[in-house]
Amino acid sequence: MNATMTGVHEERAFGFWLYLMSDAIIFALLFATYLVMRNNLAGGPGGGELFDLSNAFVETMLLLVSSLTFGFAALSADARRRGAVLMWLGVTFVLGVAFVMLELREFAGMIAEGAGPDRSGFLSAFFTLVGTHGLHVSGGLTFIAVMMGQIVFKGLTPPVTSRLFRLGLFWHFLDIVWIGIFSVVYLPGGL
Amino acid sequence: MGEARPYRSLRTYLIGFALALVLTAVPFGLVATRALPAGQILVVIAVAAVVQVLVHLRFFLHLDLRTTPRENLLALGFAAVLICIMIGGSLVIMFNLHYRMWV
Amino acid sequence: MLGRLTLDALPFYSWVAMGGALVTVLGGLAIALVITMMGKWRYIWSEWLTSLDHKRIGIMYVMLALVMLLRGFIDALMMRAQQAVALNSDGYLPPDHFDQIFSSHGTIMIFFMAMPFLTGLINIIMPQQIGSRDVAFPFLNSVSLWLTAAGAGLMLVSLVIGKFSTAGWTGYPPYSGAAYSPGVGVDYWIWSIQVSGIGTTLSGINFIVTILKRRAPGMTFMRMPMFTWTVLCSSVLMIFAFPALTVVVSMLALDRIFGMHFFTNADGGNMMNYVNLIWIWGHPEVYILILPAFGIFSEVVATFSAKRLFGYPSLVYATAVIALLSFTVWLHHFFTMGASANVNAFFGVATMVIAVPTGVKVFDWLMTMYRGRITFHPSMKWTLGFMVTFVIGGMTGVLLALPPADYLMHNSTFLVAHFHNMLIPGALFGYFAAYMYWFPKAFGFTLDARWGTRAFWFWVVGFYIAFMPLYALGFMGMSRRMEHYNIAEWQPFLVTAAVGAVLVLIGIVCLGMQLYVSIRDRDANRDTTGDPWNGRTLEWLAASPPPPYNFAVVPEVRSLDAFHEMKQRGEAYRRPERYEDIEMPKNSGIGVVIGVAAGVFGFAMVWQIGWAAIGAGLVILAALVVRSSQEETETVMPAAEVKRIEDARFAALSASRREEVAA
Repeated sequence: MNATMTGVHEERAFGFWLYLMSDAIIFALLFATYLVMRNNLAGGPGGGELFDLSNAFVETMLLLVSSLTFGFAALSADARRRGAVLMWLGVTFVLGVAFVMLELREFAGMIAEGAGPDRSGFLSAFFTLVGTHGLHVSGGLTFIAVMMGQIVFKGLTPPVTSRLFRLGLFWHFLDIVWIGIFSVVYLPGGL
Repeated sequence: MGEARPYRSLRTYLIGFALALVLTAVPFGLVATRALPAGQILVVIAVAAVVQVLVHLRFFLHLDLRTTPRENLLALGFAAVLICIMIGGSLVIMFNLHYRMWV
Repeated sequence: MLGRLTLDALPFYSWVAMGGALVTVLGGLAIALVITMMGKWRYIWSEWLTSLDHKRIGIMYVMLALVMLLRGFIDALMMRAQQAVALNSDGYLPPDHFDQIFSSHGTIMIFFMAMPFLTGLINIIMPQQIGSRDVAFPFLNSVSLWLTAAGAGLMLVSLVIGKFSTAGWTGYPPYSGAAYSPGVGVDYWIWSIQVSGIGTTLSGINFIVTILKRRAPGMTFMRMPMFTWTVLCSSVLMIFAFPALTVVVSMLALDRIFGMHFFTNADGGNMMNYVNLIWIWGHPEVYILILPAFGIFSEVVATFSAKRLFGYPSLVYATAVIALLSFTVWLHHFFTMGASANVNAFFGVATMVIAVPTGVKVFDWLMTMYRGRITFHPSMKWTLGFMVTFVIGGMTGVLLALPPADYLMHNSTFLVAHFHNMLIPGALFGYFAAYMYWFPKAFGFTLDARWGTRAFWFWVVGFYIAFMPLYALGFMGMSRRMEHYNIAEWQPFLVTAAVGAVLVLIGIVCLGMQLYVSIRDRDANRDTTGDPWNGRTLEWLAASPPPPYNFAVVPEVRSLDAFHEMKQRGEAYRRPERYEDIEMPKNSGIGVVIGVAAGVFGFAMVWQIGWAAIGAGLVILAALVVRSSQEETETVMPAAEVKRIEDARFAALSASRREEVAA
């Protein structure tokens, strides 16, 4: 029984890994499109006027710290300390929510200035690239909430820790995508 | 899950976090202060990004050339090749068009 | 409340459209009525729709594909009929309707005929071929099936409520944008392929994990049957190419719904990036369809030549090389877009390079037949027909890969002839060969060979008569997708092409007759051994149809052609000393729920009914959460039950052996 559980866990981890690779292609093409459309301003504002470097830095820090706190949750799960897992997942969740709130505030500010996604090709590409990442983070938050529920009601059973492992892959993957976003979108835009 | 589990400890997470912090602070700092010419800053941004991706893969996702299953590494390598082909190809194709059809 | 949906959406504007809608609705009602009269709803729900058995899921995929083949072929017949008569006249189809027909023909044939046919065959055969009891993720498999079915359902709904896209199967902007296609047609196209495309990506993940993690002990990579190899490469293409389709179609949807400017004429849009992105998916897609067919031909050729496959390693490497190269040639679909000569030349050369590994394969198949003891089973005939016809298509492809030649022939009927010349023999003939080859494995009786041979001849001859004239017409300057024309010299060729289409229709009727005759005479054609063709690979080891668990004892593999070798050593039918309990997935209706919700979501997005889209999205989320919380998703078949099934199997085996000896 134990041997098959390991097999199932490995299969699922690998399947999820393949999904992440597939998702990485989605982001790669969104990046390519953003680069292609970077100068299609149609007389509208460009990155230099719109991007707030300190906001992007805070967002970056929120995600980076949340990666660390998720790591603490994973280590607590290894040590089978249920309360600590819940606590660190909770912290990760709060950091993730803060990230999404900051992003939404940025989007709302741009739209209020008349720089919404329907303003120019550049802005369509910007909102879609960054927004897709934001949607993924929101999906990750839902995933975290579901996992917290399962840990409360089921405890750290093998299926639950296996799922927690895949959630970790997803969460760290999103942080990697974010490295691309601040390096391709915000930093060159701020130059 | 014993030996299949990649090795992870508080130490790896903290090392990864520290490295990521530096690799984030340097490009942000350069852009904020403009300490270098723009072209050189872009190079630093690109290098720091690539290195930071590797740091995340190594210390947060615990990829390891020895212990990670080979098919996971193969999938990642193939994805990386395709990402280069797709992004690189798209940029070549689309900028070649810009040059030819200049709008 | 209902978004853009009003009574005007019903097709009262034309008799032809009304006819299509009525056939769809009445056909659906008739099937529902028959099921109700036979009292089979419960059986269908509990044994089929909710089944997580890979063989049943595969059969449902193939049934979906055959229904959609009929729909797509009717579109083809209508186009051929229109072009045959539309010299200096409007024919019988108004332009708007003609455009819907060629758009839906392409969309259906690629996404809802070829893809489900392929996925179904993989589902039925691949796990058995690698000696596995199931795919890695049975529940995910069911979700994939129902997402594909939801997309196909949206296609059928578009016949009745509203109109379909007129922008062709690739939906190029700016024509497909909101400015020039304000109706719901393009939205139907977007959401039906979006929903089914996600199903395909999930299938790809499932197949890769199955092949890499669930092979029988001893089956190293170089002992994997050729079909499994091609499935592996094709699945890799699925997970890496389909994201491009998801991205580009999503962007088009964002343009249409939120007024964004990815591909619009004004405000910084760049429609050429659409063409770039869709072919990043589109070219690998061709190989997704064709590679597994190559695998099928390899299995069929080896079995019916009674020989080991010639050059197996070269076939493996050729497949892998084709899979990688397929990501490096996408620009050849738009040579005329205006790239410089250097860029065009690079992609032209890369395209021609693909002909090399493909040629290697053709030689391998020929050498397999060389000095073989060939049985001309219908599957073998499809294979031979493929080899001859596909080589012609390949050569016209090399011609088109020359950018200067492409400047002359692009967008003409020469191109139409070329890609039908690749996909009909290259993919569809392969699926038909597989259908006739593996049918007994799925259902326990063989298909009638005479009707199969008739179907083959009508298809092949019909194909040549329908498409060779299109090559000539391309040289004569005829563009594709013409609703009417005023050049009298074209008409004889178009009438000939229409005759070819009618011959293919007879071929389809023969397929139907074959199925009918075979079911009628099934008792005479029982496959009692599980190995009707003296097969070489593991799927022929189990009974036909196999028990739910496929293999009571997982076989040990010692060579390529594992089953052939077992028979040689006299170990194929050894009765094990004891049986074990076998775990199997419980049925689950959640896949159906997700599929229906995805269909509703797509419909709501088409008609912009916000509350329904949000509701359907929440249902999908809830279904996933419920599924992830279920603990007991497996059921155990006790060893005694396994022994009962296996004892019956061995009794039938020895009875058929006695018959053989007596005969």
